[in-house]
Amino acid sequence: MNADETAWERRSVVPVVPPVAPRKLAKVPFVELADGRLQGVVSSGSDIERVYVSSITAGTHALSCSTNNNRPCGALHGHACKHIRMLADEAVVQYGLDRVARYLRVEVPAGDSLMSCIHGQPERTPAAVVFSRFLRHLAYLEVADSTDPLAELHWFPSTAPYKEVAR
Amino acid sequence: MLDVQLGEVLAGGPEGADEALDLVAGFDDALTLGLARVGEDAAAALSALAGALAASPIGDRVSEAADKVATGSIAGEHLAALAGGRAALCGAVHDALLGRLDTALGRPRTPWNPAPGAPRPDRPLGGQAASGDPRDGQEARSGDSPGGQEAGSGDGVPVQVPGHLLDGCRMWLRELAIVGWRGVDHDLAGAADQAIEALLAVPELRGLAVLLDGLAAELRASSPVATMDRLPARRWADLWTRGLLLAQRGPWHGGAEPVSGRLLILGADVHEHATVVRAQVHGVLEPTRGGQARLVRTSVAAAKVDTIVGPAVWRLMGAHPVLLGALAGHRSLEITDMPLLPGGDLVWHDDRAAAGEPADPFTTARVALPGVSAPAVPPLDRHPVRIAEPVLLEGYSVVDGSLDLSPAGGGHALPLGLDRLPRGGPLTPELVAASSACIGLMRWDGRWVLQPLAVQATVKKKPVAAHNGDWAMGPTDPKVVKAEAKAGDVVAVLRERAGRLLRK
Ligand SMILES: [Zn+2]
Repeated sequence: MNADETAWERRSVVPVVPPVAPRKLAKVPFVELADGRLQGVVSSGSDIERVYVSSITAGTHALSCSTNNNRPCGALHGHACKHIRMLADEAVVQYGLDRVARYLRVEVPAGDSLMSCIHGQPERTPAAVVFSRFLRHLAYLEVADSTDPLAELHWFPSTAPYKEVAR
Repeated sequence: MLDVQLGEVLAGGPEGADEALDLVAGFDDALTLGLARVGEDAAAALSALAGALAASPIGDRVSEAADKVATGSIAGEHLAALAGGRAALCGAVHDALLGRLDTALGRPRTPWNPAPGAPRPDRPLGGQAASGDPRDGQEARSGDSPGGQEAGSGDGVPVQVPGHLLDGCRMWLRELAIVGWRGVDHDLAGAADQAIEALLAVPELRGLAVLLDGLAAELRASSPVATMDRLPARRWADLWTRGLLLAQRGPWHGGAEPVSGRLLILGADVHEHATVVRAQVHGVLEPTRGGQARLVRTSVAAAKVDTIVGPAVWRLMGAHPVLLGALAGHRSLEITDMPLLPGGDLVWHDDRAAAGEPADPFTTARVALPGVSAPAVPPLDRHPVRIAEPVLLEGYSVVDGSLDLSPAGGGHALPLGLDRLPRGGPLTPELVAASSACIGLMRWDGRWVLQPLAVQATVKKKPVAAHNGDWAMGPTDPKVVKAEAKAGDVVAVLRERAGRLLRK
């Protein structure tokens, strides 16, 4: 191990989680790379009460889409529905193509889009787990502010100027 | 700060600091590999840590813990004792660094002497954290107080913390210590999710919640950790240590006294991870009843999600319009009976503050900052990472990302912490490079770094000033306003979704 790496390992403040880029949330409020899938929640274009839970599995690239009530998406047969496409597009904005492709274990030649390289088959995966993770995500917005000193936050400085990560 | 003062600060590490940090690094290596099987190196590191603390009040307990853990007996009380030992070493390094900075700046610091009524976590240490007992009796008592545990609230009133919540956190931290960072996988990284969710509902435990949430997210993003080329051993051991101390009986701040007076803002330091953002405002408090002006910090933290970034984060703190308005509008604040903790933290209450006269932070830094008295640092908060001392620098040149304060150039180089410029403010590396005056925080992470909070610069032959808090009431740069409008109000979108879906 060289001196730079030793110095890095001996620092209290180093970035570990790459920051995500800002994106519009109206259509795809939730995207995550978790549980071996790119998964997320897509708002229905027609019914404000309904959302779709969509995912692409890492490795097999199996596709899944259903409503939060576990009713299968009518548009998913043989190829990806628009919900999965929107999910993939927003994931690329949020995390960058490299990170998403690496997670899904897919080679995306320069100039190609992620979805042009995904050829998995539809598969039912339970929507409930992802949906409950989305609800947990939303629940953060209900947590009250704190004006306590919270000295622990000195380990978590804000990172990177705005323009470096803006779209 | 002058070049000669900077020279004093930078002149080699304080005596003993390198040795203390080597001991810490030995412990961190042991934690990386896990305590399930303590090898020769790790056993030596643990006993060296204990040896350095032998003469301190916790010496016996750390020594016993090192022995027990080396032989495979990993009880919660032993881990707490080791965490206390590691914290004491970091505290000693903190004291040495801060002492040197205070001396160079000529800044007097109040000795630690908590007000009566503080939840007596840490007795006075005479300025030497290395001799300190992190929490007298805490290890012995942990785990056998089923009802509730007393902790400090921001207002200094002892509160009952649900003990079972802390049990869950200690169990997770123990499991992490046993398998070591190298043994962490997705399952273990996510194993504290429910405990963290429960912590977030308890205002007094917010510090522990944001700490564990941040650590868990890093472990999840790094899992399986065994495949990492290098891992942030110091950082994760820091977080583990502080988490374990907080999970004994909750936080230790308390002993607030009400203060009234004029608060002059120096600048805002922004902290952030995926699920929290916090603006910590540094300022000078001129007490109404007279006496020396005091350096204080006051904070607002808001929970968030990873997709809320950039200028949008300020909207999450909208419940504190008086503070945010003064920050964005460069005004002073008149505060009345606001709780001030012994560590210099003003516990912000927006309804006890009113906007005052216009007050340029650079004027405050030039006129008021030189005469301030700095607060004591609570013993358990002493760690180099907490050092964030406001300074004013003028008449420098910026060369290769460092400041040179000497009039002719060729003086001491103070590196700039440009990676800490927040995304929700107007400061950019270019502006800092073009600047001639800077209000910043002196920080230390293996070396001294200046974190800019505000600069005065000349851009296209015109003087400009930019402050981290300038966009607290919304961005003022038309380009950023436009980009924000295009992206839509992410906070409003998610709140709408939450309102519709969470209460079904
Ligand atoms: Zn679909």
